[in-house]
Amino acid sequence: MTAATTLQDSRPVMVRANKLVKSFGNRPVLRGLDLELRQGDFVTLLGPNGAGKTTLLRILATLARPTSGTVELAGIPLNEAKSSIRGLLGVISHQTFLYEDLNAYENLRFYGKLYEVPNLTARVEEVLKKVGLEKRAIDRVRTYSRGMQQRLSIARAILHNPPILLLDEPDTGLDRQAADMLGDLIRDLAIDGQSRTVLMTTHNLERGLAMSDRILILAGGRLAAERSSNSLAPEQLQDFYYDTVSLGGAR
Amino acid sequence: MRKVWAVYAKDVRAELRTKDIFSAMFVFSLLATLVFAFALPAKLLDPKEVGGIAPGLLWVAYTFSGVLGLNRSFIVEKDKGSLEGLLLAPADRGAIYLGKMLSNLTFMLLVETLITPIFGILFNYSTFNLWLIPVVLLGTLGFAEIGTIFAAMAINTRAREVLLPVLFFPIMLPVIIAATNATSAVLANRPFDEVLGQLEFMLVFDVIFLVLPILLFELAVEE
Repeated sequence: MTAATTLQDSRPVMVRANKLVKSFGNRPVLRGLDLELRQGDFVTLLGPNGAGKTTLLRILATLARPTSGTVELAGIPLNEAKSSIRGLLGVISHQTFLYEDLNAYENLRFYGKLYEVPNLTARVEEVLKKVGLEKRAIDRVRTYSRGMQQRLSIARAILHNPPILLLDEPDTGLDRQAADMLGDLIRDLAIDGQSRTVLMTTHNLERGLAMSDRILILAGGRLAAERSSNSLAPEQLQDFYYDTVSLGGAR
Repeated sequence: MRKVWAVYAKDVRAELRTKDIFSAMFVFSLLATLVFAFALPAKLLDPKEVGGIAPGLLWVAYTFSGVLGLNRSFIVEKDKGSLEGLLLAPADRGAIYLGKMLSNLTFMLLVETLITPIFGILFNYSTFNLWLIPVVLLGTLGFAEIGTIFAAMAINTRAREVLLPVLFFPIMLPVIIAATNATSAVLANRPFDEVLGQLEFMLVFDVIFLVLPILLFELAVEE
């Protein structure tokens, strides 16, 4: 075991799922999934539609209950102290969770009050600056482009400085340029000030590989493969992904 | 309480910008009142007879416009997934419920304040009596308390506009009957004891249905 590995292993586990099962009626979506993410991990979760990526993120975000299995966030079981666990999470989805008839400033102030963010006015200005929306802060969100709305959604998610970020297809509906800009922003924010743990789902294989340290492939309700990003060349990823998915789906 | 206020203030601020909920509720209650005024036989609108039906008609206008408002208040939350944004926050579900309930109550009371004198003019019927204030307040509070939790439950269903009244009117019925009887007694200047009994009933109902949804809101909004 190298010194680097020993150092990596000493990082605290921020997300742990153990034998996670989620069924909708008789249809199992997750079938005994195990997952472990440590502080500072940036992990991309890939998988075909219906593989259970969103379901997994919804369970981790406390929005859905697992049928069986356990989840711990920062060492706290998910079924205990749900309210305080939510303060550890920043969630970005293809839905923005924003109020279109309020402006950016009002949206962030509202969420800041719910998260009890200290020095709220200064923090709102700080995150607006980070996502490059300080000049549009008093415009209604309705007047924003999709890319701007998604940047504001990122500002909302990091407002309370969460140690864990869950990103569910954050680039959906964005053109390539906007998606690249968003990817850069997310990457910067992941290492901004503290070592955040990031779990992201995407259908864009290349972007997922470029942004993250580790790739997980979900197929047939289980983690079918796991690779560190630097062990895969972009041109190998597609074959690796489709081989894994077809094998995982056949199980 | 700060989180309750934050949810309430957010709803009121958004509504002041769009007036979506208010305009839908007000126009509906105005139309309902106009239809009643023109469709009912003239003999029922006679000053001696109108007292028998007016309180009921008034509460029909209040409650059906209230259903519209309840539906709208959660559609706004559903549009961009902001209901999930609320549920992701480290806020007690009861605080979210109370904030939404108070904003629904405010919108309903505002519409009722405007429609009641219009109703009085159209029916040539005096609706001015200060005792009407606690009657309307307690009746509307019960309506908003139950309506808010049922609207939250119905929002994830396809037929939510139909489902909401079907689900919650049976539970609301006792308070609507009490409110209608109390309104009738107040406007007919009947003995105060009659009003007091109905007010006491509504007060007990409102307290019970304030506590229950606070405890149950988590189950109502959870997947």
